[in-house]
Amino acid sequence: MTRQTMRERFYADVGPLLDAEPRTALVLAVIGSGSLGDVSARHPERVIDVGIREQAMVGVAGGLALTGLRPIVHTYAPFLVERAYEQIKLDLGHQDVGAVLVSTGASYDASTAGRTHQAPADVALVSALPGWTVHVPGHADELTRMLRRAAGTDDRVYIRMSALQNTRAHPADGLLHLVRGGAHVRPLVLAVGPLLDTVLEATRDLPVRVAYTSTPHPLDTAGLRTLAGPAPVLAVVEPYLEGTSAAAVAAALSDRASRVAYVGVPRDVELRRYGSPKDHAAAHGLDAMGIRARAKELIG
Amino acid sequence: MATTTVPPPVLDLLSRVTGDEKHDPSSHSTLDVVWVLYDRVLDVAPDRVDDPARDRFLLSKGHGPASTYAVLAAKGFFPAAWLDDVAAWDSRLGHHPDRTLVPGIEIGSGSLGHGLPLAVGNALGLRLQDNPARVVVLVGDAELDEGSNAEAIAVAGRFGLANLTCVVVDNRSDNLGWPGGIAARFAVEGWATADVDGHDHAALRTALRRSDPDRPSVVVAHTTDEFGRPHQSDLGHTTTATAKGTAA
Repeated sequence: MTRQTMRERFYADVGPLLDAEPRTALVLAVIGSGSLGDVSARHPERVIDVGIREQAMVGVAGGLALTGLRPIVHTYAPFLVERAYEQIKLDLGHQDVGAVLVSTGASYDASTAGRTHQAPADVALVSALPGWTVHVPGHADELTRMLRRAAGTDDRVYIRMSALQNTRAHPADGLLHLVRGGAHVRPLVLAVGPLLDTVLEATRDLPVRVAYTSTPHPLDTAGLRTLAGPAPVLAVVEPYLEGTSAAAVAAALSDRASRVAYVGVPRDVELRRYGSPKDHAAAHGLDAMGIRARAKELIG
Repeated sequence: MATTTVPPPVLDLLSRVTGDEKHDPSSHSTLDVVWVLYDRVLDVAPDRVDDPARDRFLLSKGHGPASTYAVLAAKGFFPAAWLDDVAAWDSRLGHHPDRTLVPGIEIGSGSLGHGLPLAVGNALGLRLQDNPARVVVLVGDAELDEGSNAEAIAVAGRFGLANLTCVVVDNRSDNLGWPGGIAARFAVEGWATADVDGHDHAALRTALRRSDPDRPSVVVAHTTDEFGRPHQSDLGHTTTATAKGTAA
């Protein structure tokens, strides 16, 4: 049996969520509308598909939230975050209301679709606005927990689904967790979300420790300081724009002489290739071989 | 007793915002509309700014908040003294309003094209909670340039949002014009439409109180200059509209 993708899980979770939480409403711009089974029929007023209108999608979500509802907003990452960015800033943040934004199509998941369907800057963009929490689940079970928790609050939450996932779920509590320990003097490799398994494979026989988080923003700075120790040697492997977490890491370690490498999607070149997500990961140095090379540089 | 003009004390309050000694209501194209709304149409009061059942007024055209500030002060939503130092460091009132700072202000606005989509969400949210409150959103004719409005006009029409009224204050400030008129753009999406003199309080009251049982309403409020004439660009606009009408 093939494993459920995060996207399949999201569509499966939405119905029970709408059943259980009367404040929730799902706001769509066509994407996902055909994958909900009988959910739309069961909740005709709380599944709101505005057509291919992403500005209206986020604006409507802000208006719903102003009446006390809890909007869950979903489409492809570039259309959700980049096309409707001012709506996210003003119709949610500036109005001081929240929503749960759930994107599909992480970084280069849509490799065959080309640049129009890729938004590796999404986490950087959302993190640049006040009051957002960014979850990057590494497994469908983590997604389920994040979604349920976010639906019960009024917070501004961005959940970034990915086609890639790890073989097993890890805690989704916003904290850093040590996955492979070792002597405290060993460099620390922090894997974000779905890149954990690749990091573990890449560093299998290297003298590094590996930690995991599925919530890169706000970063668990206390956990990072504890794990990184007094003289941090650290690599952050992030499945989106390289260096997205640099400001948070620098602030967390500002009183310590540190050496930090960031491994992510390069920011200075647009990769004009199609092919598979694996091809893109290799081109960006985000496959096991590429991550291994960067980890070895860190060990020195 | 209904007023036919904005009462002098409200004009005095407006002068405190603008620093303009002239009592020239037509220089503020939105004043009549906003006054009629708060005086005669909306079911909202200073002690009910958080009441879920209150009617909502969303000022989308956030760059012209002076009239709204003056009317809210006149109705007691906040002290009139707030009007004397607008946009100062200690002031809660800015050149664009912030809903978190001002009692009675329903949305923070300024960047154009956000109020109508928010109003659509508001109306949907109230409807699905069986809340009978109304949502009135004020936009400008030039503001309609922003494509987000076109999205919201279509969505509101398709969803039959009877609890939503959009007031377009048409002071003919749009650079490229609206051949065929503004109301037609709403009508084609299924809205009920009314064109009224934006300074005629009785006509505004009637149009703003009306709602259709299964579709949203738009009231296009046409404003005039200080001499009571249509704005200068009306001439060009009329020509364009006629040409278009002939072509059609």
